[in-house]
Amino acid sequence: MNNNPDFSYQGVMSRKNRIMKQAVGIDYDQFELEGIAFDYDAMMNKAGYSLEEVRKIQEETNVGKTPLFEMHNLTKLVRLHAEPGKGARIFIKDEACNPSGSFKARRASLSCYQAQKQGYRGVISATSGNYGAAVASQSAMRGLNCIVVQELFDSQDLSQPEIMEKGRACEAYGAEVVQLSVGPELFYKFLILLEETQYFNASLYTPFGIAGIETLGYELAEQVRRTVGKDPAAVLITHAGGGNVTGTARGLQKAGCKDTDVIGISVDLSGLHMASDHDFNRKSFTTGHTGFGVPFATWPDRADVPRNAARSLRYLDRYYTVTQGEVFYMTELLAQLEGLERGPAGNTSLAGAFALAMEMDRDDVIVVQETEYTGAGKHPSPQLTFARKLGIAVKRGKPEESIPGQNIIIPESPAQIAVKRVDLDNLKKSYLKKVAQEKGGGALSPVELDYLAAELKTSTGWVEKHYGKAGG
Amino acid sequence: MEKAQTGDWVQVFKVVLKPEERAPGLPPETAKVPLTMKVKGFLIDQAAAVGDQVAIRTATGRKVEGKLIGINPAYEIDYGRPQPELLNIGFETRSLLSGEADKQ
Ligand SMILES: Cc1ncc(COP(=O)(O)O)c(C=O)c1O
Repeated sequence: MNNNPDFSYQGVMSRKNRIMKQAVGIDYDQFELEGIAFDYDAMMNKAGYSLEEVRKIQEETNVGKTPLFEMHNLTKLVRLHAEPGKGARIFIKDEACNPSGSFKARRASLSCYQAQKQGYRGVISATSGNYGAAVASQSAMRGLNCIVVQELFDSQDLSQPEIMEKGRACEAYGAEVVQLSVGPELFYKFLILLEETQYFNASLYTPFGIAGIETLGYELAEQVRRTVGKDPAAVLITHAGGGNVTGTARGLQKAGCKDTDVIGISVDLSGLHMASDHDFNRKSFTTGHTGFGVPFATWPDRADVPRNAARSLRYLDRYYTVTQGEVFYMTELLAQLEGLERGPAGNTSLAGAFALAMEMDRDDVIVVQETEYTGAGKHPSPQLTFARKLGIAVKRGKPEESIPGQNIIIPESPAQIAVKRVDLDNLKKSYLKKVAQEKGGGALSPVELDYLAAELKTSTGWVEKHYGKAGG
Repeated sequence: MEKAQTGDWVQVFKVVLKPEERAPGLPPETAKVPLTMKVKGFLIDQAAAVGDQVAIRTATGRKVEGKLIGINPAYEIDYGRPQPELLNIGFETRSLLSGEADKQ
């Protein structure tokens, strides 16, 4: 090896593929087909694990088998406002019962198993979220070293209380936490650390990271069938990088849920730039928001592995947004009416469920597929205290008056909780626009057409029609 | 002034990329400031004060150098203040459920 490696931004990024290859132990080249196409199913089958294997691995480190609860009082509240015959039964899967307090333990369990099996001494993860604590906790159980790289503070040295708490949790499990200021070069630092330590890249986006979530969807289907004797009409999934949607939907498919709608919900943070030092702390949600949800859906391969296993447009039937204030309101309802004090991200899909249940039939079952832990920093009161400090107005009012980064509107009544539909066709068209850019406007081969039809859960005819318009 | 001794749990600060070294295409407010880093670990040096250039041993055993910015730094997270906009939600919705709202 070169004794004097180039540590400039460009120098490190030019070694990206080599560093990533040795850090996940997967030869992604074998799954490439032609042009922009790769064999997603082969990647998931060959590099991932079967559901049975995943269950066994997760048993080793106490992951999964979380309870499913019916939200009787929330359902009752929905029915007060719904038309006669409407108001679906709301259930919630209490993923906060996982070792590190969120469904992310499922993803980390397989990454850490894989790292240990392949003989890595440690793992590294680039995340400001729950995944850090999950990797740290699973590493602790498997005796691996763990480094978590977080984007934490802005140039004024101010930090999101929620991310500070997640850093504390990582340290509680014995991890080293590398904390960075705002910027996408977190990935640059991450690559340097991988190169220096030769640890495993516990990416959220490997086939392991996704296979680990399939058990969530599968368990959920089994639990709903056992409780009500039929499949859920809809499963609501808080959506950011797309792993939660992808893994849960794959688990539902493996359980044979054919008529269950897979619905993504994100907090609307439109107008706030993800790489902006100014906007960074003006977001009161650090995940489950459109700042990740939209770009990852429309171009999944922006991730920290050559091919992202989380590909939400393959699985989403519908996608909606809710406002920050609506989620804070729901967090309060969950605590005060159902006796469950749970963290912010899971309650994003709960807000969506509350709104959608009003339009669904009374005997339908709608499932919110996760909760997450809550605690100092990671809770509405410190989040809103911090928002006010930055000049964000917090008030009661109509959710539609929300402007991310400027105000947070707490609804005045449960009847105001509503979802805003994101047109999936528009997301698919922006995906095709990106493909057209990648291909310099060149024509699509038959293999690429089939690939895109699967990527976008549509027909080759639709792809042909809209690829042309995208500038192809 | 408080000094950290060898083996104390401390935090260091370091500039990772100067503004001119940063990635292309950043929003201007991000591009004009450096990318900086904070890491915690056990102090390797004999004795040091805040502001000194020091070396630490991190939780994974890595040696990291930087400016000392904290000695056994506190976790500055709390529950903040109760939020007036949230305080009535439980009361309001419970009275909806018990039908009391209709009676008023
Ligand atoms: C608790 C919780 N829910 C949902 C999500 C969103 O998952 P994904 O990024 O896979 O879409 C995250 C991840 O950031 C999370 O931590």
